[in-house]
Amino acid sequence: MNINLTLFAQLISFAIFVWFCKNYVWPPIIGAMQERQKQISDGLNAAEKAGQDLEDARQQVKAQLVEAKAQAAGILDQANKRAAQIVDEAKEQAFEEGLRLKGAAQADIDQEVNRAKEKLRSQVASLVLVGAEKILEASIDETAHSDIVNKLAANL
Amino acid sequence: MASESMTSGEYISHHLLNLTYGKLPAGYERVGYDGHSQVLESAEWTLAHSATEAADMGFMAIHLDTIGWSLFLGILFCWSFGRVAKSVTAGVPTGFQNFVEMVVDFIDDNVKGIFHHKNPWIAPIGLTIFVWIFLQNLMDLVPVDWIPWVAMQMGVEYMRVVPSTDVNATLGMSLGVFFMILYYSIKQKGIGGFAAELAFQPLPKWALPFNLFLEVVGLIAKPISLALRLFGNMYAGEMVFIIISLLPFYLQWTLSVPWAIFHILVITLQAFIFSTLTVVYLAMAYDHH
Repeated sequence: MNINLTLFAQLISFAIFVWFCKNYVWPPIIGAMQERQKQISDGLNAAEKAGQDLEDARQQVKAQLVEAKAQAAGILDQANKRAAQIVDEAKEQAFEEGLRLKGAAQADIDQEVNRAKEKLRSQVASLVLVGAEKILEASIDETAHSDIVNKLAANL
Repeated sequence: MASESMTSGEYISHHLLNLTYGKLPAGYERVGYDGHSQVLESAEWTLAHSATEAADMGFMAIHLDTIGWSLFLGILFCWSFGRVAKSVTAGVPTGFQNFVEMVVDFIDDNVKGIFHHKNPWIAPIGLTIFVWIFLQNLMDLVPVDWIPWVAMQMGVEYMRVVPSTDVNATLGMSLGVFFMILYYSIKQKGIGGFAAELAFQPLPKWALPFNLFLEVVGLIAKPISLALRLFGNMYAGEMVFIIISLLPFYLQWTLSVPWAIFHILVITLQAFIFSTLTVVYLAMAYDHH
Protein backbone atom coordinates (compact mmCIF):
# COMPACT_ATOMS: atom_id res chain seq x y z
CA MET A 1 0.00 0.00 0.00
CA ASN A 2 1.89 2.95 -1.31
CA ILE A 3 0.77 6.54 -1.46
CA ASN A 4 1.73 7.93 -4.84
CA LEU A 5 0.62 9.94 -7.84
CA THR A 6 -2.50 7.80 -8.17
CA LEU A 7 -3.91 10.07 -5.49
CA PHE A 8 -3.81 13.10 -7.77
CA ALA A 9 -4.93 11.20 -10.81
CA GLN A 10 -7.97 10.10 -8.84
CA LEU A 11 -8.50 13.63 -7.52
CA ILE A 12 -8.45 15.06 -11.04
CA SER A 13 -10.78 12.42 -12.47
CA PHE A 14 -13.10 13.00 -9.53
CA ALA A 15 -13.22 16.72 -10.34
CA ILE A 16 -13.89 16.01 -14.02
CA PHE A 17 -16.71 13.56 -13.30
CA VAL A 18 -18.31 15.98 -10.84
CA TRP A 19 -18.04 18.76 -13.41
CA PHE A 20 -19.61 16.56 -16.08
CA CYS A 21 -22.39 15.48 -13.76
CA LYS A 22 -23.11 19.06 -12.66
CA ASN A 23 -23.30 20.30 -16.26
CA TYR A 24 -24.71 17.46 -18.34
CA VAL A 25 -26.36 14.87 -16.09
CA TRP A 26 -28.04 16.49 -13.13
CA PRO A 27 -29.90 19.49 -14.61
CA PRO A 28 -31.77 17.70 -17.43
CA ILE A 29 -32.81 14.76 -15.28
CA ILE A 30 -33.91 16.75 -12.25
CA GLY A 31 -35.58 19.24 -14.63
CA ALA A 32 -37.59 16.49 -16.30
CA MET A 33 -38.55 15.06 -12.92
CA GLN A 34 -39.72 18.44 -11.64
CA GLU A 35 -41.55 19.03 -14.91
CA ARG A 36 -43.33 15.70 -14.53
CA GLN A 37 -44.12 16.48 -10.91
CA LYS A 38 -45.67 19.75 -12.05
CA GLN A 39 -47.62 18.01 -14.81
CA ILE A 40 -48.99 15.44 -12.40
CA SER A 41 -49.94 18.05 -9.84
CA ASP A 42 -51.53 20.16 -12.56
CA GLY A 43 -53.39 17.11 -13.80
CA LEU A 44 -54.66 16.30 -10.34
CA ASN A 45 -55.73 19.90 -9.83
CA ALA A 46 -57.49 19.88 -13.19
CA ALA A 47 -59.26 16.64 -12.31
CA GLU A 48 -60.36 18.09 -9.01
CA LYS A 49 -61.53 21.26 -10.73
CA ALA A 50 -63.39 19.23 -13.35
CA GLY A 51 -65.13 17.31 -10.57
CA GLN A 52 -66.08 20.59 -8.94
CA ASP A 53 -67.33 21.90 -12.28
CA LEU A 54 -69.38 18.76 -12.78
CA GLU A 55 -70.92 19.18 -9.36
CA ASP A 56 -71.65 22.82 -10.13
CA ALA A 57 -73.22 21.88 -13.44
CA ARG A 58 -75.36 19.27 -11.71
CA GLN A 59 -76.57 21.85 -9.22
CA GLN A 60 -77.25 24.27 -12.04
CA VAL A 61 -79.18 21.65 -13.98
CA LYS A 62 -81.21 20.87 -10.90
CA ALA A 63 -81.99 24.54 -10.35
CA GLN A 64 -82.86 25.00 -13.99
CA LEU A 65 -85.09 21.95 -13.91
CA VAL A 66 -86.98 23.32 -10.92
CA GLU A 67 -87.27 26.69 -12.63
CA ALA A 68 -88.46 25.08 -15.84
CA LYS A 69 -91.04 23.08 -13.97
CA ALA A 70 -92.25 26.21 -12.24
CA GLN A 71 -92.36 28.00 -15.56
CA ALA A 72 -94.24 25.17 -17.20
CA ALA A 73 -96.72 25.13 -14.34
CA GLY A 74 -97.15 28.90 -14.73
CA ILE A 75 -97.63 28.59 -18.45
CA LEU A 76 -100.14 25.79 -17.97
CA ASP A 77 -102.01 27.82 -15.41
CA GLN A 78 -102.06 30.83 -17.67
CA ALA A 79 -103.21 28.69 -20.59
CA ASN A 80 -106.01 27.24 -18.50
CA LYS A 81 -107.10 30.69 -17.46
CA ARG A 82 -106.91 31.93 -20.97
CA ALA A 83 -108.90 28.96 -22.21
CA ALA A 84 -111.56 29.58 -19.64
CA GLN A 85 -111.60 33.21 -20.62
CA ILE A 86 -111.91 32.31 -24.29
CA VAL A 87 -114.72 29.92 -23.55
CA ASP A 88 -116.48 32.59 -21.52
CA GLU A 89 -115.98 35.13 -24.23
CA ALA A 90 -117.21 32.68 -26.81
CA LYS A 91 -120.25 31.92 -24.73
CA GLU A 92 -120.99 35.57 -24.35
CA GLN A 93 -120.50 36.19 -28.03
CA ALA A 94 -122.65 33.23 -28.90
CA PHE A 95 -125.36 34.50 -26.57
CA GLU A 96 -125.16 37.93 -28.09
CA GLU A 97 -125.17 36.45 -31.58
CA GLY A 98 -128.16 34.40 -30.64
CA LEU A 99 -129.93 37.47 -29.39
CA ARG A 100 -129.00 39.34 -32.50
CA LEU A 101 -130.16 36.51 -34.75
CA LYS A 102 -133.28 36.19 -32.73
CA GLY A 103 -133.88 39.92 -33.09
CA ALA A 104 -133.29 39.78 -36.80
CA ALA A 105 -135.61 36.81 -37.17
CA GLN A 106 -138.24 38.59 -35.11
CA ALA A 107 -137.92 41.61 -37.36
CA ASP A 108 -138.19 39.42 -40.42
CA ILE A 109 -141.23 37.72 -38.99
CA ASP A 110 -142.84 41.06 -38.14
CA GLN A 111 -142.09 42.35 -41.57
CA GLU A 112 -143.48 39.23 -43.14
CA VAL A 113 -146.57 39.42 -40.98
CA ASN A 114 -147.07 43.05 -41.91
CA ARG A 115 -146.54 42.25 -45.51
CA ALA A 116 -149.02 39.38 -45.28
CA LYS A 117 -151.44 41.63 -43.45
CA GLU A 118 -151.03 44.28 -46.17
CA LYS A 119 -151.53 41.72 -48.86
CA LEU A 120 -154.47 40.24 -47.01
CA ARG A 121 -155.90 43.72 -46.52
CA SER A 122 -155.70 44.51 -50.18
CA GLN A 123 -157.09 41.14 -51.11
CA VAL A 124 -159.86 41.37 -48.49
CA ALA A 125 -161.01 44.72 -49.98
CA SER A 126 -161.31 43.25 -53.40
CA LEU A 127 -162.91 40.06 -52.00
CA VAL A 128 -165.40 42.09 -50.00
CA LEU A 129 -166.12 44.12 -53.06
CA VAL A 130 -166.60 40.98 -55.11
CA GLY A 131 -168.82 39.51 -52.37
CA ALA A 132 -170.84 42.66 -51.91
CA GLU A 133 -171.17 43.02 -55.64
CA LYS A 134 -172.48 39.58 -55.76
CA ILE A 135 -174.91 40.29 -52.91
CA LEU A 136 -176.00 43.65 -54.05
CA GLU A 137 -175.64 42.94 -57.73
CA ALA A 138 -176.32 45.97 -59.66
CA SER A 139 -177.63 48.20 -56.87
CA ILE A 140 -174.39 49.36 -56.01
CA ASP A 141 -172.41 51.89 -57.88
CA GLU A 142 -168.90 50.72 -57.88
CA THR A 143 -167.37 54.07 -57.94
CA ALA A 144 -169.78 55.45 -55.38
CA HIS A 145 -169.23 52.72 -52.84
CA SER A 146 -165.66 51.85 -53.30
CA ASP A 147 -164.75 54.49 -50.75
CA ILE A 148 -166.79 52.78 -48.11
CA VAL A 149 -165.36 49.40 -48.93
CA ASN A 150 -161.82 50.73 -48.89
CA LYS A 151 -162.42 52.29 -45.48
CA LEU A 152 -163.70 48.94 -44.33
CA ALA A 153 -160.71 47.19 -45.69
CA ALA A 154 -158.39 49.66 -44.03
CA ASN A 155 -159.91 48.71 -40.68
CA LEU A 156 -159.04 45.14 -41.09
CA MET B 1 -5.63 -20.16 -7.07
CA ALA B 2 -3.89 -18.44 -9.89
CA SER B 3 -1.15 -20.97 -10.20
CA GLU B 4 -0.27 -24.13 -8.36
CA SER B 5 3.31 -23.12 -7.80
CA MET B 6 2.29 -20.26 -5.52
CA THR B 7 2.01 -20.48 -1.78
CA SER B 8 -1.04 -18.98 -0.11
CA GLY B 9 0.97 -16.03 1.09
CA GLU B 10 2.32 -15.36 -2.39
CA TYR B 11 -1.14 -15.67 -3.84
CA ILE B 12 -2.58 -13.14 -1.41
CA SER B 13 0.20 -10.63 -1.77
CA HIS B 14 0.05 -11.03 -5.54
CA HIS B 15 -3.63 -10.12 -5.41
CA LEU B 16 -2.92 -7.13 -3.22
CA LEU B 17 -0.30 -5.57 -5.46
CA ASN B 18 -1.31 -2.85 -7.87
CA LEU B 19 -0.06 -2.60 -11.41
CA THR B 20 2.45 0.10 -10.57
CA TYR B 21 4.16 2.23 -13.16
CA GLY B 22 6.84 4.41 -11.65
CA LYS B 23 10.35 5.72 -11.55
CA LEU B 24 13.18 3.60 -10.27
CA PRO B 25 16.28 5.57 -9.32
CA ALA B 26 19.66 5.13 -10.96
CA GLY B 27 21.76 2.40 -9.39
CA TYR B 28 18.68 0.43 -8.35
CA GLU B 29 19.18 -3.27 -8.29
CA ARG B 30 16.29 -5.13 -9.93
CA VAL B 31 15.87 -8.81 -9.25
CA GLY B 32 14.35 -10.66 -12.21
CA TYR B 33 12.03 -13.64 -12.02
CA ASP B 34 14.87 -15.92 -12.76
CA GLY B 35 16.84 -14.66 -9.76
CA HIS B 36 19.35 -12.65 -11.81
CA SER B 37 19.85 -9.14 -10.62
CA GLN B 38 20.40 -6.13 -12.81
CA VAL B 39 21.57 -2.69 -11.77
CA LEU B 40 19.93 0.27 -13.48
CA GLU B 41 22.39 2.71 -14.99
CA SER B 42 20.00 5.62 -14.97
CA ALA B 43 16.63 6.44 -13.46
CA GLU B 44 13.95 4.61 -15.37
CA TRP B 45 10.12 4.72 -15.64
CA THR B 46 8.92 1.17 -15.67
CA LEU B 47 6.38 -1.33 -14.39
CA ALA B 48 7.12 -2.75 -10.96
CA HIS B 49 7.84 -6.47 -10.96
CA SER B 50 7.42 -6.94 -7.23
CA ALA B 51 6.05 -5.39 -4.07
CA THR B 52 9.53 -4.24 -3.14
CA GLU B 53 10.00 -2.46 -6.46
CA ALA B 54 6.59 -0.86 -6.16
CA ALA B 55 7.45 0.36 -2.67
CA ASP B 56 10.86 1.62 -3.79
CA MET B 57 9.27 3.71 -6.53
CA GLY B 58 8.02 5.98 -3.78
CA PHE B 59 5.68 8.79 -4.60
CA MET B 60 6.63 9.03 -8.27
CA ALA B 61 4.47 6.10 -9.32
CA ILE B 62 1.02 5.50 -10.52
CA HIS B 63 -1.34 2.56 -10.14
CA LEU B 64 -2.44 1.91 -13.69
CA ASP B 65 -5.11 -0.59 -12.68
CA THR B 66 -6.71 1.70 -10.09
CA ILE B 67 -6.73 4.66 -12.44
CA GLY B 68 -7.82 2.58 -15.42
CA TRP B 69 -10.74 0.95 -13.67
CA SER B 70 -11.89 4.05 -11.84
CA LEU B 71 -11.71 6.06 -15.07
CA PHE B 72 -13.60 3.32 -16.89
CA LEU B 73 -16.28 3.21 -14.18
CA GLY B 74 -16.52 7.00 -13.99
CA ILE B 75 -16.89 7.20 -17.74
CA LEU B 76 -19.46 4.40 -17.58
CA PHE B 77 -21.39 6.52 -15.07
CA CYS B 78 -21.11 9.69 -17.16
CA TRP B 79 -21.98 7.87 -20.36
CA SER B 80 -24.99 5.95 -19.06
CA PHE B 81 -26.43 8.79 -16.99
CA GLY B 82 -25.53 11.32 -19.69
CA ARG B 83 -27.36 9.24 -22.28
CA VAL B 84 -30.47 9.29 -20.12
CA ALA B 85 -30.03 13.02 -19.48
CA LYS B 86 -29.93 13.61 -23.21
CA SER B 87 -33.11 11.71 -24.01
CA VAL B 88 -34.88 12.39 -20.73
CA THR B 89 -38.59 13.04 -21.02
CA ALA B 90 -41.06 14.51 -18.59
CA GLY B 91 -43.60 12.06 -19.99
CA VAL B 92 -43.84 8.44 -18.97
CA PRO B 93 -40.30 7.28 -18.11
CA THR B 94 -39.17 3.90 -19.40
CA GLY B 95 -36.40 1.41 -18.85
CA PHE B 96 -33.09 2.78 -17.66
CA GLN B 97 -34.57 6.24 -17.15
CA ASN B 98 -36.66 4.79 -14.31
CA PHE B 99 -33.56 3.52 -12.60
CA VAL B 100 -31.60 6.74 -13.12
CA GLU B 101 -34.51 8.81 -11.84
CA MET B 102 -34.76 6.59 -8.79
CA VAL B 103 -31.10 7.18 -7.97
CA VAL B 104 -31.32 10.91 -8.72
CA ASP B 105 -34.45 11.23 -6.60
CA PHE B 106 -32.82 9.32 -3.76
CA ILE B 107 -29.78 11.62 -3.79
CA ASP B 108 -31.93 14.72 -4.23
CA ASP B 109 -34.09 13.85 -1.22
CA ASN B 110 -31.01 13.08 0.80
CA VAL B 111 -29.29 16.34 -0.12
CA LYS B 112 -32.44 18.38 0.48
CA GLY B 113 -32.70 16.91 3.95
CA ILE B 114 -29.13 17.84 4.85
CA PHE B 115 -28.10 20.86 2.83
CA HIS B 116 -30.41 23.84 3.24
CA HIS B 117 -28.60 26.44 1.14
CA LYS B 118 -28.66 27.16 -2.55
CA ASN B 119 -25.77 25.59 -4.40
CA PRO B 120 -26.23 23.78 -7.72
CA TRP B 121 -23.03 21.77 -7.19
CA ILE B 122 -23.89 19.87 -4.03
CA ALA B 123 -26.45 17.43 -5.40
CA PRO B 124 -24.38 16.51 -8.50
CA ILE B 125 -21.36 15.99 -6.22
CA GLY B 126 -23.47 13.66 -4.08
CA LEU B 127 -24.71 11.79 -7.13
CA THR B 128 -21.27 11.43 -8.70
CA ILE B 129 -19.73 10.19 -5.47
CA PHE B 130 -22.54 7.76 -4.79
CA VAL B 131 -22.68 6.17 -8.21
CA TRP B 132 -18.98 6.24 -8.89
CA ILE B 133 -18.03 4.70 -5.56
CA PHE B 134 -20.85 2.20 -5.85
CA LEU B 135 -19.54 1.09 -9.23
CA GLN B 136 -15.98 0.88 -7.87
CA ASN B 137 -17.18 -1.21 -4.95
CA LEU B 138 -19.30 -3.33 -7.25
CA MET B 139 -16.13 -4.59 -8.92
CA ASP B 140 -15.56 -6.47 -5.68
CA LEU B 141 -18.38 -8.83 -6.63
CA VAL B 142 -16.58 -9.98 -9.75
CA PRO B 143 -14.88 -13.21 -8.68
CA VAL B 144 -11.38 -12.26 -7.58
CA ASP B 145 -9.50 -14.37 -10.10
CA TRP B 146 -11.41 -13.66 -13.29
CA ILE B 147 -10.07 -10.31 -14.43
CA PRO B 148 -6.53 -10.85 -13.05
CA TRP B 149 -6.41 -14.18 -14.90
CA VAL B 150 -7.49 -12.55 -18.19
CA ALA B 151 -4.90 -9.81 -17.59
CA MET B 152 -2.27 -12.43 -16.90
CA GLN B 153 -3.02 -14.11 -20.23
CA MET B 154 -2.53 -10.71 -21.85
CA GLY B 155 0.82 -10.34 -20.17
CA VAL B 156 -0.22 -7.96 -17.43
CA GLU B 157 1.15 -9.33 -14.23
CA TYR B 158 -0.76 -7.43 -11.58
CA MET B 159 -4.36 -6.34 -11.72
CA ARG B 160 -6.49 -5.06 -8.85
CA VAL B 161 -9.94 -4.38 -10.18
CA VAL B 162 -11.52 -2.68 -7.17
CA PRO B 163 -10.25 0.92 -7.15
CA SER B 164 -11.75 1.62 -3.75
CA THR B 165 -9.43 -0.99 -2.19
CA ASP B 166 -6.57 1.32 -3.13
CA VAL B 167 -6.08 3.96 -0.47
CA ASN B 168 -4.83 6.34 -3.17
CA ALA B 169 -8.23 6.27 -4.85
CA THR B 170 -10.26 6.83 -1.71
CA LEU B 171 -7.84 9.47 -0.46
CA GLY B 172 -7.94 11.17 -3.86
CA MET B 173 -11.69 11.51 -3.68
CA SER B 174 -11.72 12.57 -0.05
CA LEU B 175 -9.05 15.18 -0.82
CA GLY B 176 -11.41 16.53 -3.45
CA VAL B 177 -14.07 16.75 -0.77
CA PHE B 178 -11.56 18.38 1.59
CA PHE B 179 -10.72 21.10 -0.94
CA MET B 180 -14.43 21.75 -1.44
CA ILE B 181 -14.88 22.05 2.33
CA LEU B 182 -12.05 24.61 2.48
CA TYR B 183 -13.34 26.48 -0.57
CA TYR B 184 -16.92 26.79 0.65
CA SER B 185 -15.88 27.55 4.24
CA ILE B 186 -13.77 30.47 3.06
CA LYS B 187 -16.35 31.54 0.47
CA GLN B 188 -19.16 31.60 3.02
CA LYS B 189 -17.36 32.94 6.08
CA GLY B 190 -14.31 34.69 4.67
CA ILE B 191 -10.78 33.75 5.64
CA GLY B 192 -11.17 35.62 8.93
CA GLY B 193 -14.45 33.95 9.75
CA PHE B 194 -13.10 30.54 8.92
CA ALA B 195 -9.95 31.13 10.98
CA ALA B 196 -12.07 32.42 13.86
CA GLU B 197 -14.12 29.28 13.70
CA LEU B 198 -10.96 27.23 13.99
CA ALA B 199 -9.45 29.33 16.75
CA PHE B 200 -12.21 30.69 19.01
CA GLN B 201 -14.21 27.61 19.77
CA PRO B 202 -15.16 25.42 21.52
CA LEU B 203 -13.40 27.21 24.42
CA PRO B 204 -13.08 31.01 24.78
CA LYS B 205 -10.26 33.00 23.20
CA TRP B 206 -7.71 32.40 25.94
CA ALA B 207 -7.53 28.74 24.92
CA LEU B 208 -6.63 29.57 21.33
CA PRO B 209 -3.82 27.02 20.84
CA PHE B 210 -5.95 24.29 22.30
CA ASN B 211 -8.92 25.29 20.15
CA LEU B 212 -6.81 25.51 17.03
CA PHE B 213 -5.33 22.10 17.65
CA LEU B 214 -8.74 20.56 18.29
CA GLU B 215 -10.45 22.14 15.31
CA VAL B 216 -7.63 21.51 12.84
CA VAL B 217 -7.51 17.88 13.87
CA GLY B 218 -11.29 17.77 13.48
CA LEU B 219 -11.01 19.35 10.04
CA ILE B 220 -8.30 17.02 8.81
CA ALA B 221 -10.07 14.03 10.31
CA LYS B 222 -12.91 14.58 7.86
CA PRO B 223 -11.14 13.59 4.63
CA ILE B 224 -8.95 11.04 6.40
CA SER B 225 -11.92 9.28 7.95
CA LEU B 226 -13.84 9.38 4.68
CA ALA B 227 -10.95 7.81 2.83
CA LEU B 228 -9.97 5.25 5.42
CA ARG B 229 -13.52 4.14 6.17
CA LEU B 230 -14.18 3.31 2.53
CA PHE B 231 -10.72 1.88 1.99
CA GLY B 232 -10.85 -0.22 5.13
CA ASN B 233 -14.25 -1.69 4.40
CA MET B 234 -13.46 -2.52 0.80
CA TYR B 235 -9.98 -3.78 1.52
CA ALA B 236 -11.31 -6.07 4.24
CA GLY B 237 -14.11 -7.28 1.98
CA GLU B 238 -11.70 -8.01 -0.84
CA MET B 239 -9.35 -9.76 1.55
CA VAL B 240 -12.15 -12.07 2.65
CA PHE B 241 -12.91 -12.90 -0.98
CA ILE B 242 -9.24 -13.63 -1.63
CA ILE B 243 -9.00 -15.88 1.40
CA ILE B 244 -12.20 -17.67 0.43
CA SER B 245 -10.69 -18.33 -3.00
CA LEU B 246 -7.87 -20.25 -1.30
CA LEU B 247 -10.39 -22.97 -0.53
CA PRO B 248 -10.86 -25.89 -2.90
CA PHE B 249 -13.00 -24.67 -5.81
CA TYR B 250 -15.93 -26.97 -4.94
CA LEU B 251 -16.19 -25.45 -1.46
CA GLN B 252 -15.71 -21.82 -2.33
CA TRP B 253 -19.35 -21.12 -3.08
CA THR B 254 -20.43 -22.08 0.45
CA LEU B 255 -18.63 -19.00 1.75
CA SER B 256 -18.30 -16.73 -1.24
CA VAL B 257 -22.03 -16.66 -2.03
CA PRO B 258 -23.14 -15.58 1.48
CA TRP B 259 -20.26 -13.12 1.69
CA ALA B 260 -21.10 -11.67 -1.73
CA ILE B 261 -24.74 -11.26 -0.77
CA PHE B 262 -23.73 -9.58 2.46
CA HIS B 263 -21.22 -7.51 0.55
CA ILE B 264 -23.95 -6.07 -1.69
CA LEU B 265 -25.17 -4.35 1.44
CA VAL B 266 -21.69 -3.18 2.39
CA ILE B 267 -20.80 -1.68 -0.98
CA THR B 268 -24.07 0.21 -1.21
CA LEU B 269 -23.79 1.38 2.37
CA GLN B 270 -20.20 2.55 1.90
CA ALA B 271 -21.10 4.48 -1.25
CA PHE B 272 -24.04 6.02 0.58
CA ILE B 273 -21.97 6.94 3.64
CA PHE B 274 -19.26 8.61 1.57
CA SER B 275 -21.82 10.55 -0.42
CA THR B 276 -23.93 11.58 2.57
CA LEU B 277 -20.97 12.56 4.73
CA THR B 278 -19.63 14.69 1.89
CA VAL B 279 -22.92 16.56 1.77
CA VAL B 280 -22.95 16.84 5.57
CA TYR B 281 -19.41 18.28 5.59
CA LEU B 282 -20.29 20.76 2.87
CA ALA B 283 -23.41 21.78 4.77
CA MET B 284 -21.19 22.29 7.83
CA ALA B 285 -18.89 24.46 5.72
CA TYR B 286 -21.90 26.66 5.01
CA ASP B 287 -23.29 26.77 8.51
CA HIS B 288 -21.95 29.14 11.12
CA HIS B 289 -21.11 27.47 14.37
